[in-house]
Amino acid sequence: MTVLHPTSPAEVQEAVRAHRRVLARGGGSKPALSTPAEGQTVLEMKGLSGVVEYDPGEYVLVAKAGTPLAQVEELLAQHGQYLPFDPPLAEQGATLGGTVAAGLSGPMRQRYGGVRDFILGVQFVDGEGQLVRAGGKVVKNAAGFDLPKLMVGSLGRLGLLTELAFKVFPYPKATATLQVAFPRLEEALEALYRLAGSPIELYALDLVPPATLTLRLGGLPEALPARLERLRAFVGRAGDLLEGEAEAQYWRNLKRLELGEGHLVKVALTPRQIPALEQALGSAPRRYMSAGHLLYLAWNHEPARLDALLRLQNLSGLVLKGPTHQARIGIDLEHTFGRRVAAALDPQGRFSPTPP
Amino acid sequence: MTLLEELGRFFPPGRLLHKPGELVPYESDALTAFRARPLAVVLPESHEEVVQAVRWCARHRIPYVARGSGTSLSGGSLPIDGGLLIGLNRMNKLLRLDPQERIAVVEPGFINLQVSNAAAPYGLYYAPDPSSQPVSTIGGNLAFNSGGAHCLKYGMTSNHVLGAKVVLPDGETVVLGSESLENTGPDWLGLFVGSEGLLGIATEITLRLLPKPETYHTVLAAYDALEKAGEAVAAVVASGLLPGAMEIMDSLAIEAAEAAVRAGYPREARALLIVELEGEAPQVEAEARYLDEVIRRSGAYEVRVAQSAEERLKIWKGRKAAFSAVGRLSPDYIVQDGVVPRSRLGQALSEIERLSARYGLRVANVFHAGDGNLHPLILYNGRVPGELERAEELAGEILRLCVALGGSITGEHGVGMEKKAYMPEMFSEADLEAMRRIRRALDPFELSNRGKMFPGGEAPALHQAGPHPLERAGIISRE
Repeated sequence: MTVLHPTSPAEVQEAVRAHRRVLARGGGSKPALSTPAEGQTVLEMKGLSGVVEYDPGEYVLVAKAGTPLAQVEELLAQHGQYLPFDPPLAEQGATLGGTVAAGLSGPMRQRYGGVRDFILGVQFVDGEGQLVRAGGKVVKNAAGFDLPKLMVGSLGRLGLLTELAFKVFPYPKATATLQVAFPRLEEALEALYRLAGSPIELYALDLVPPATLTLRLGGLPEALPARLERLRAFVGRAGDLLEGEAEAQYWRNLKRLELGEGHLVKVALTPRQIPALEQALGSAPRRYMSAGHLLYLAWNHEPARLDALLRLQNLSGLVLKGPTHQARIGIDLEHTFGRRVAAALDPQGRFSPTPP
Repeated sequence: MTLLEELGRFFPPGRLLHKPGELVPYESDALTAFRARPLAVVLPESHEEVVQAVRWCARHRIPYVARGSGTSLSGGSLPIDGGLLIGLNRMNKLLRLDPQERIAVVEPGFINLQVSNAAAPYGLYYAPDPSSQPVSTIGGNLAFNSGGAHCLKYGMTSNHVLGAKVVLPDGETVVLGSESLENTGPDWLGLFVGSEGLLGIATEITLRLLPKPETYHTVLAAYDALEKAGEAVAAVVASGLLPGAMEIMDSLAIEAAEAAVRAGYPREARALLIVELEGEAPQVEAEARYLDEVIRRSGAYEVRVAQSAEERLKIWKGRKAAFSAVGRLSPDYIVQDGVVPRSRLGQALSEIERLSARYGLRVANVFHAGDGNLHPLILYNGRVPGELERAEELAGEILRLCVALGGSITGEHGVGMEKKAYMPEMFSEADLEAMRRIRRALDPFELSNRGKMFPGGEAPALHQAGPHPLERAGIISRE
C-alpha cells in the first residue's frame, strides 16, 4: 500500500495526477471511511494543517483541511466562539476535512444547524488534478454553484478537500442540561415533538432510549434559572439537572461517540421513523440527536444485517468505524443527478474505491 | 407539424402564449435594463406538463427559462430570444403542511410569504424573508438561494430547503434531499439550490419550518455619521450577542423611506441602525440590557425601542420600503448586492462615497450590516444620454471593490445576467471550468437558463430602464 504525505495543494494535485486511485485520510478517527481498498493510494492529509484566517469579529474561520478539530475548537474557545454544528470525534483526532467529507455533526446542531449550514467555502482537488475553489469566506454569498455544500458527505468521491471556510458563532456564556425520563417511548416522543415545535431554544434535544430526553439550554447566566423553570413546567417533569463542569464533561464524553462495542453507524432520519426503528434495533446502544433527525448507534453484529434492517425502514446509514466493505448502507440513494455530477468532477474514477 | 403545433399538443391555447402582445409581460424581470422576446410562453399546471415542456426543448434543442413572479434583480429569469419561457405561477399549491414534523411541501409557484401565513396557526414560520416575499415564489427563491434580513443567524434559502423533485434538462425526474435534516451521502440538494435554474426545474419543494420566536426586542438608533453606525455593529458583535437582524440605512435612504411610508424615522440622521433580538423572553430581556448598553456607548444621538408589535412593524416598514422608495428620488436606479467582510464595511462605504462623487451619480445605501451584505442603489436618469452606461460602470467598480476586500459579487440576488461578467473577478478559470463541467454533465446543450451565471455569450442590449411595474405600484420592493 502506498502512502503519500502531501503538504500543499500542489502536492495533492501531483498525487492525484500520478495515481490511478486515491483515498484521502485525515485523523483516521472514522476508519470505515479511511481504510483503503486494494489498489488505493492513501493521501495522509495532516500535512495540510493550520488556521489560515480567523478574525473573531467576522464570525469566519478559514483553515487547511487537515487541521485537527481540537486545534480549531481550542482557538475558537479562546475568543468565546465555537463550530455550531458541534462536530464529534475531536478528541480522537478528527480533522476538519474528514468531518466535512463524512458530513458529521453533533448534538448541538439542534440550535443552529449542521455542517452543511456552516460551511462557507471550499478548495479541493478534482479527479483531473485541478485545484478548484468555490463559495467564499463571507457569511453570505450566492455566487456560483454551491460546491461547499456538495462536498458535505461526499466521502472523498468528488474531490480531495484542501481548505475550508466556516461560519462560527459565539458560544453560550452559560449552559445547563436537564435529563427527563418518561415512562414510555410514546410519551418521550410526544414531548420531543412539543419541544421542537415550541419557541424554547435548545442547544441539544436528544432522545436516549428507552425514553429519556436530554435537553441542553444555553445563553446568559442570569436568564438560565428562569428558563430552566419554564422548561420544567413545559415538559411537566422536574428531571435531573446537570450543571457546571460535570455538565460540560457529559457532552465532551458524548462527542467521543463511544456508545458500545461493534460498528459505529450514523443514520439520517425523522422522528416519525423512530417508533418502528426502536422495535427493530433491539439492544444496540444508540442515541437520537437533534430532535430525532440524527442517530448514532453501535452495532455489534454483521453490518449486512443492519443494512437489511435499514432498508426495511426506508433509511440510509453510514458506517464510521468497524470492518466493512461497504460504508454506505441502507436504501440506495444513487440517482442520475449524482452519477453525472460525480462523473463531471472525477471522470476517470480516481476517487472510486473500486476499479471502474 | 410546426414546433408550436407540437407544443400545442401538451398545452391548450390559454396556456401556450406566442402572440407578440401576449409575450410582452414576460420580456423582462425586475432587472428592467434587459429585455428579450421568447418564442413562446407555456404555463404548466403539473409536474408532467413541465416534463413535456422540457422534453420538447430537449428534442428541438431550444433553450428555456423557468420563471416564477419575475422579481429577479440579477436578470435571472430574463427570457432567451427565441427560447421557451416556462411560467410556473400556476403551479402554486400548498401540497402538504405537517406542523408536527414542521415541514411544508409546495409547488414552485407558491408565494414565499404564504408559507409563513399557512404555518402561522401552528406557531411556525418560514425563515428566509427576501423583501420580495409578498410576490416572489419559492421556486425562484430556491433557484437563486434568496436571502433576506436574517441570514447571519438563520442562513439563506438553502438552509431551509429539505428536498426537491427536479426535472433535469433531459426531462428525467429525480428527487434530491429528504425530510431529514441529515444526510448520508453528498449533498446533491445543496448543489441544486442556488444553481440559478441551470441544473433543472424544481416542481415540488419540501421546506423546513421554524417555531416563531417568543418575543422581539427591536432597537432603532440614529447617528450623525455613517461610520458610527458601522462601529456600533462591530461593538454588538464583539459583545457576543447574535441578533436576528442588523440593518443600516444612510441619509438618502432615510429620506426616501420617509417620503414613501412615513415610518417616523429621525429625518436629519446621517445613518440609522436597526438591531433586533429575538428568542425566549427571559433570554431576550437579559440580552436587551447588554444591547442597550452597547448602543448607548456607540454615540447614537437618539435611540428608540419598539414598545409594541405595531411599533416594531413600523420600524421595519421603512426599511423594507426603502428600495422602492428610492424611485421617488430618481427616475432610474441600479441596485447591487455585493458582500464585504463585516470589518471592511466602513472602508467599503467610504470608497463607494468616493466613487459616487467621481461618477457624479448619487448612491443610496441600505444594507444588511450583520452579514456585510451591501445594497448600494445607484441613482441615474436613463433619459440623459450616457448615464445608464455610467451607472453600470460604477456598479461594476463596486463589485470589484467587494471582491478586492475579500467578499463576494452577490449576497442574495444571484449572478444571473447582470453579474456574469464579474464571475472571473471572484473565481479562477479552473473554478469556473469545474462548474461548467457539472452543468454540461447535466445539460450538454446548455438549454436550461442558457446565458446566465457563466461569463461570455451574447447579452441583450441595455436599454432605458425604470422600475418594474409592480414596484412602481408599491407591491414589491428590492433588497
